[in-house]
This record gives sequence, structure tokens and C-alpha cells, in this order.
Amino acid sequence: MSMLKVEDLCIKVHDKKTTDTLVYDVDLEMEKGDILGIVGESGSGKTMTALAIAGLLSRHDMEKSGHITFEGINLLEVERKVLRKIQGNEISMVFQEPLNSLNPLKKVGWQVEESLRVHTVMDKAEMKERAIQALRDVELDNPEAVYNSYPHELSGGMRQRAMIAAAMIIQPRLLIADEPTTALDVTIQAEIVELLKRINKERGTAILFISHDLSLVNSLCERVLVMQNGLVVESGNCEEIFRNPRQEYTKKLINAIPKNPFFKEA
Amino acid sequence: MDKSKNQKVKFIIGLTLVGIIFLMMIAGIFCTPYDPLAMDMSAKFAGVSFKHIMGCDNFGRDIFSRVLVGVRETMFVSATVVFIGTFVGIIIGTVTGYFGGWVDEILMRINDAVLAFPSVLLALLVIGVLGGGTHSLIIALGIAFVPSFARIVRGEVLRIRNLDYIQCVRLYGASHLRIIVVHILPNLRTVLLSSVLIGFNNAVLAEAGMNYLGMGTQPPNPSLGLMLSEAQSVIFTNPWNAIFPGLVIVMMILGFSLLSDAMENKS
Ligand SMILES: Nc1ncnc2c1ncn2[C@@H]1O[C@H](COP(=O)(O)OP(=O)(O)OP(=O)(O)O)[C@@H](O)[C@H]1O
Ligand SMILES: [Mg+2]
Repeated sequence: MSMLKVEDLCIKVHDKKTTDTLVYDVDLEMEKGDILGIVGESGSGKTMTALAIAGLLSRHDMEKSGHITFEGINLLEVERKVLRKIQGNEISMVFQEPLNSLNPLKKVGWQVEESLRVHTVMDKAEMKERAIQALRDVELDNPEAVYNSYPHELSGGMRQRAMIAAAMIIQPRLLIADEPTTALDVTIQAEIVELLKRINKERGTAILFISHDLSLVNSLCERVLVMQNGLVVESGNCEEIFRNPRQEYTKKLINAIPKNPFFKEA
Repeated sequence: MDKSKNQKVKFIIGLTLVGIIFLMMIAGIFCTPYDPLAMDMSAKFAGVSFKHIMGCDNFGRDIFSRVLVGVRETMFVSATVVFIGTFVGIIIGTVTGYFGGWVDEILMRINDAVLAFPSVLLALLVIGVLGGGTHSLIIALGIAFVPSFARIVRGEVLRIRNLDYIQCVRLYGASHLRIIVVHILPNLRTVLLSSVLIGFNNAVLAEAGMNYLGMGTQPPNPSLGLMLSEAQSVIFTNPWNAIFPGLVIVMMILGFSLLSDAMENKS
């Protein structure tokens, strides 16, 4: 049985009058330790898919159908209590905007500790130790200083590393990274991708990596889904798709890649 | 450069006026030169003098003492009204903004209905039901002040709850209560600070207005609005009866609005 299996996922929004389908019949499968990429242009439904897997789509106006099975449990049907347990212990997520993903009023260390605070009974000193270890694990130079600083005192790259530390502190089985590098410059992008690779290798964390940059996906993932307008238009081995795209749309995505000295050309 | 100097002047004038008002309030609480209710027929309509620095009214009561107590009353009522408005407004705004759905729909409809009602009319209605007096005035104005605060809080909560860091905390599995209390409420403070100052100003004006209409403090107890309306009949013969309470109301409004203005532009 695979770790994560998504079948026929549909997401619809009900507005006052109309119904919009944002994601249409998405299927995907991930084993433990897999790295799967999702690429697609802006608005193609990548974030929606990720949020649905993380169980973060609000319940009122969104209608979700299909199956999202994580370790044998259907996340779309399970009661909130169980979902919260799975969310906090098994699935973590890193978002696109490092500016919005940290609370501006709280110290970074406090925020890295938050999931421990929610899930475990742990004394302050132990929590701090874990948080600093987590910050060190994401290769932040001075974890103690970062622990005691506010988000606005860090650079975008440092914030994103702190976010990854916060996501990894509970040692999840699945890390969803929704365009974690889009807001960063190229050098930092490459470093973050390297970091994710290392996390995957050393801890066996499966990573669902979302991006609109095929070259980034190619440097990190083995398999990839290409999404357009809520549909998966192409999927399979990353190198293969990169070398030999079947869809016009995928070709366009490939052509849109700026020539980038940090990544090997396919 | 020019603008910041302007702000500084505003701030200083505002602070001075508010400082004077606070001193008057403290005097009103602890000691007034005369008993504000004591009548002295020999001093009826006495003019401005060292003995009565604001003169006396038609019952020979010392206007300065009555103004001090009036300031105390106005400050107390306004502060309580703003507190009620903020407190209930935060609760309603947070619940509607955070949970959305039909709760939001219903509460915000009611909110809009109350908001669309002129607040003076609303307050009159409440006082009509509860009867006059300071307590009813506070409740009436408190109710009238809730909707605007609720609206402001709701908008801000709606904005914050969709930010990524709230999504992160949700993903950690934090409870709704924890998300609201620990992660959302503290972030409302900047928005709340300025609306509290503006709200306080409106409350001062509303309190004076309601008292002028005789809807709050009952005579013979003094209040600034009531003193204005009592002085109305003698405004040409004994203008100081109206001028001093009026002046103090203007000082309060001006002081607080200058202060809130300067603070808002600073942040
Ligand atoms: N709350 C919402 N209600 C209705 N429609 C929404 C909502 N959020 C997003 N959408 C729509 O869903 C579609 C898919 O959005 P999504 O955020 O998944 O795109 P994306 O692929 O992540 O794009 P990007 O690369 O810009 O992040 C978009 O057309 C967007 O307008
Ligand atoms: Mg997105």
C-alpha cells in the first residue's frame, strides 16, 4: 500500500450562483521517501491540490470529492480529531511567501516550537533544544541568534529555512513544499533545493514539490505531474518529459525556463 | 519634513489638551472647590471671579465644580462605552471573520441593520425601553458602538486567517481557540488602537449629545451636555453658563482627535 494515494480528486467552489471546478480528476501516488513534482502555470490548481492533501481547504464553500488516502486513512472523510492528529504528526507544509508564513509579532524560535507545543508535553528547555537543533539542521549559520530574532530581521532565504525547520521539527513523513523558492533569488533557490534533497536522503521524508519552474523540478524530482487549468495533462518520469514533452503546454513550460547556470541542462 | 513638523505640533497640542482634561477629571474625582450640587441663592448667576472662576448658574451652583464632575462623567461613560463596543465587537468580529458561514451571514446582517440605523435613534430606542440615567446611557451607546468595531475586527481577522502562517498553525493541528487567542488576537492591536481612539472621540460627542437631549444624567447631577441645555435659556444674559461647558467639550474632542491623528500618521 502506498503512503499517499489521491484518486479522482475534484475541488469545486460554490459561489452564490455559479460552481467553478478548480481541480479536476487529479490522481497521484507517493511512496515513502518519494519526491514528486507538480508543475504548471499560475492558477493551474497546484496550491489547491496541495491544500486538499494537507486537509487545509475550508469546509464551507469548497466541495471536495474523490479519495485522498494517507496511510490507509481517507483524509476527506475522517473526523476532525483524527485529521488533526495526522496533520500535526505526519504532514507538514512550506508555503510560497516566506513573509506571510511567519507571524510578524512572534519570535522565530517560538514559532518553530509551536507544533511541539500543540502536540506534545515538553518542558521549555527541551523544546528550545529541539528547535535550535531543527534550525541547525536547515543549515542556518547562527541558530541561537535566529531563534531569538523576529521574522523581519531575517532575509527571505533565512525565513524560508526557518519555515522548513518549523515544518521538519515534528519529523513528518510527507513534506509539501508549495513553491518554496519562487520568492527567492537563484543562488538561494539552488541552496534550498539542495537542502530539500538532503532532508529527503537523510530522513526519508517524502516531498511533494510544487513549482512553476520545470528546471527546478527536474533538478530535484524523479517523477512529475504537469497541471493546466485544474487538469493533469502529463505525468511520468521527469527527465523523460523534459527531454520529450508530449503536450504543447509542457513544451511551453520548458521554453519558459530562463537559461540558468546553476542547473544542468537536460 | 514639513509634514512631520506638522504632526509634531498636532501631537503636542493634542497631548496638552488631553493632559488638561485628565487633570480636570482627577479633580472631579477627588476634590472640587465647591459641592457641585450645593445651591447658594446669593450667588445666583454670579459672574466670573476669583471665588467662582467660571461663575455660577441659575441656582447659584459653582460652574467650575460642575464642569469638573461633568468631565469625570463624560470620561467614565465614554471609556465604558468604548470598552463595551471593543469587547463585544472583538467577540462578534472574530467569530464571524474566523468561522464564516451562516453564523457570519446572520450576525453581519444584524450588524448591518444596526449600523444603518442612526445611532442617536438607536440610543433613544434603548433608553425608551430602559428608562433614563447613566446606566441606560452606557448600555444604549455601547450597543450603538458595537457594529463598527465588529466590522473592523471582522475585516482584519478575515485578512489574517488567510495568511500562510495561520495555515501553518492549522496544519500543526492547533485548536480553533488556540489559533484565535494565541495567533490572531494579538495581531489586531494596531488596527484596534486607532479605532479605539476614534471611537472614544465619537463617544464623547455622543455622550454630550444624549445628555443635551436629557437622555442620560438626571438633574440635579451635572453633565456637560445637560449644562449646555440648561444654559440655553440664559445664553444672552449669562453666556458663561454655556461657554465654559461648551469649551471643555471642544477641548476634549479636539485633544483626542489631534492625538489619534498624530498617532495614526506616525505608525
Ligand atoms: N478561495 C478561492 N475561491 C475560489 N477560487 C479560488 C480560491 N482560491 C483560488 N482559487 C482559484 O483556483 C485556481 C487555482 O488556484 P491555485 O492557487 O491552486 O493555483 P496555483 O497553481 O497554485 O497558482 P500559483 O502558481 O499562482 O500559486 C485559480 O484559478 C484561482 O483563481
Ligand atoms: Mg500556488
